[in-house]
Amino acid sequence: MSTGNMNLTLKIWRQKDNKAKGNLVDYKVSEISPDMSFLEMFDVLNEDLVTKGDEPIVFDHDCREGICGACSMFINGRPHGPKEGITTCQLHMRSFKDGDTIVVEPWRAKAFPVIKDLMVDRTAFDRIIASGGFISVNTGNAQDANALPIPKSQADSAFEAAACIGCGACVATCKNASAMLFTSAKISQLAQLPQGQPERYRRAQSMVAQMDAEGFGNCTNTGACEAECPKGISLENIARMNRDFYSAKFVSEEEV
Amino acid sequence: MAEIDAHIPEGELTEKWTKLRSSMPLVNPANKRSIEIIVVGSGLAGASAAATLAEMGYKVKCFCFQDSPRRAHSIAAQGGINAAKNYQNDGDSTYRLFYDTIKGGDYRAREANVHRLAEVSTNIIDQCVAQGVPLAREYGGLLDNRSFGGTQVQRTFYAAGQTGQQLLLGAYSALERQIGMGKVEMFTRHEMLEVVVIDGKARGIIARNLITGELERHFGHAVLLGSGGYGNVFYLSTNAMGSNVTAAWKAHKKGAFFGNPCYTQIHPTCIPVSGDHQSKLTLMSESLRNDGRIWVPKKKDDNRKASEIPEDERDYYLERRYPAFGNLVPRDVASRAAKERCDAGYGVGKSKLAVYLDFKANTERYGRIEANKHNIHNPDLETVMRLGRDVIKEKYGNLFDMYAQITGEDPYELPMRIYPAVHYTMGGLWVDYNLMTTVPGLYALGEANFSDHGANRLGASALMQGLADGYFVIPYTIGAYLSKELATKPIPTDHPAFVEAEANAKGILDKFIAINGTKSVDYFHKKLGKIMWDKCGMARNAQGLTEAIAEIQALRKEFWSDVRVPGTSDSMNPELEKAGRVADFIELGELMCIDALNRNESCGGHFREEYQTEEGEALRDDENYAYVAAWEYKEGVKFELHKEQLEFKNIKIAQRSYK
Repeated sequence: MSTGNMNLTLKIWRQKDNKAKGNLVDYKVSEISPDMSFLEMFDVLNEDLVTKGDEPIVFDHDCREGICGACSMFINGRPHGPKEGITTCQLHMRSFKDGDTIVVEPWRAKAFPVIKDLMVDRTAFDRIIASGGFISVNTGNAQDANALPIPKSQADSAFEAAACIGCGACVATCKNASAMLFTSAKISQLAQLPQGQPERYRRAQSMVAQMDAEGFGNCTNTGACEAECPKGISLENIARMNRDFYSAKFVSEEEV
Repeated sequence: MAEIDAHIPEGELTEKWTKLRSSMPLVNPANKRSIEIIVVGSGLAGASAAATLAEMGYKVKCFCFQDSPRRAHSIAAQGGINAAKNYQNDGDSTYRLFYDTIKGGDYRAREANVHRLAEVSTNIIDQCVAQGVPLAREYGGLLDNRSFGGTQVQRTFYAAGQTGQQLLLGAYSALERQIGMGKVEMFTRHEMLEVVVIDGKARGIIARNLITGELERHFGHAVLLGSGGYGNVFYLSTNAMGSNVTAAWKAHKKGAFFGNPCYTQIHPTCIPVSGDHQSKLTLMSESLRNDGRIWVPKKKDDNRKASEIPEDERDYYLERRYPAFGNLVPRDVASRAAKERCDAGYGVGKSKLAVYLDFKANTERYGRIEANKHNIHNPDLETVMRLGRDVIKEKYGNLFDMYAQITGEDPYELPMRIYPAVHYTMGGLWVDYNLMTTVPGLYALGEANFSDHGANRLGASALMQGLADGYFVIPYTIGAYLSKELATKPIPTDHPAFVEAEANAKGILDKFIAINGTKSVDYFHKKLGKIMWDKCGMARNAQGLTEAIAEIQALRKEFWSDVRVPGTSDSMNPELEKAGRVADFIELGELMCIDALNRNESCGGHFREEYQTEEGEALRDDENYAYVAAWEYKEGVKFELHKEQLEFKNIKIAQRSYK
């Protein structure tokens, strides 16, 4: 079914389940078209494995247009592969050459245990959001949306932080497996909006506490997270989060 | 053939919802705490419903097949969400949104439902802003709007090209807040495989834990399906890889009627197919039609580059055929017009199955405005284009990047090549005005139901409907049912109905493995997709549909005797998950063709070649087909038609015109 002329060697992490010991396994794929996406190349390989009666390689993926944040492959030592500003599903084979050897591993972090092969458990991110990544407003009679003007620059900046897709590339690339970029993006989105003010400091404290409880590492300012983020989430968010976290002790009227 | 009752409240159209809402039976707070509700799906409809019901005090269990509720496919919606706010002072109103939606749906939607949708549309925007959803704003700090197809007002709210993402993250954060408080129990990586019906009422589900492969039984006083649409029946669509019909189809097989299955939306602006390896198609938001002009060369088989074709040799066919709406005609009209030009031999690109979407004229226009703002007089063209490009980049940057990634071409330099692709399904589980299916206690929300878009959905209306159903409709209407269920104690899951449902689900899973055939699941999915696209796609006819039905039946037989699913059913097994979904798609595909063959008219996205005007527009038959086709499942993949007659008391039903 393939139509191209690229032949590649893949070294792919196989791991039966959370408890098993994994290892890299070699696979060959041939006649790969440069127009294929990286995951479509995996489809070709998996189809081949299924036809041969082998178990296909398990990996997370869904929207395949770079927005759901499901795909998560560590390709040749970089989360989402060699190109900047994109997710694995947006990576195309034209970014590789015929004859290349490509190493594919799962996200590696204590807080992201491997489930199987390239699939990891990222529910720690959900728990960080559940600890405070929201505005406490029930559905009902919110005031008219335009009753609260928000300066465009502020709204735009909040939007940029909100663009995070929760893929976890920041954690995967960080030598400390820190989730600071992810956590700070949500804190920073809400802290820049007037709606987010009432819970601002409480939010920073409880989300940071949850982040620590999940076993993510600390930040040592290497900036790898920002460099590898497919959505360009800025390190400034971490600075904002730290400011709110430390201010919380002085300005918060309540115990958190 | 029985008529079915949609339970539309009495009274004037504009008062139906308010009156019903104010007189609906309520469940008191103490009782809510002992009532359990199951929500399947965590997209806009599911997440907003789960969060809101939990806020109200119900005990909620929410299920999604993804690893996090934040990844539901609503996340990928790009362009925007409609609301009748009239912030632009351009004559918008609840009535106008109602009217545009009914007309856009080619007069095949329920008046009462659509009016309610238009009424609550404004609350959605208020709610989302209160949650901190960063919608686009103007310099004055107020919300910005843009235009979408099928309307002449600007009522679409947006967040760059990521509106679905931002709205879903709003609903997701509301949901996570309830999860954190222990009021919603979330089951990720779980797939619903059965609805449990006891004494005629939905009482729970069987779900498979996708990590362990275990089947689980879950009780609920009511079951809500917000499980999305079934566009993946075509194999290639803009849907996510995991989007499926299984939850809805299992409900259908337990007695829920399926409404208008043949109404499919083929979206006009998608990136064309590049080869056999393709696993999915990517949408380029309809919002691009605000600033992009669609054209093909006037000469057949013109192989010149776009830039070498002079202005007077280009055919801006939408502007030519529909001067009043131009490039902003509804999606069904735009898609058919593209197909017509390509079929006639005017297509562009290697495959000739594409048309141009060109931003040059508007880039230049924006550039001149910017030059004025910057006090640059008599700017040269290069400066104008540079300034214009910045404006285009701010509006659509992420879409242009996506296009460049996929095609390897720079859309700032060359016009985009686009072609229609399957995007949304207007059909779905039949529901009454209260969003209840024909199985008491079983509800369907958002794209999973059939209710509000008739035969064609207008752009930016899906997000509106998903959130309307979840935030503002179901929380009220479910009370009418649950208020009568207060005496129902939670049913233990060792009840025979649970045991039987689980055995049934297990039987199917084991069978997939046992077949041990020679062909992969994808092989069958691709074959089904091709039949559907060729014979039940943008244009259909009686002969093709009849052939398709026979081909799908044969395919079903082949599937059940020759599919190969490796691994086991009691462990993680993505091939097994796919097999279940494709098995359901095959049955649904047949029903879609049966429905399309039954509907001897053209309306909206359903275009039967036999029924068209001289100008090639859809020709409805209001006398015989102004009804909702609600299909009942019968043993052995048979279907029986029921009709819900549509009445138009507030809108004069007419030939749809965008000229």
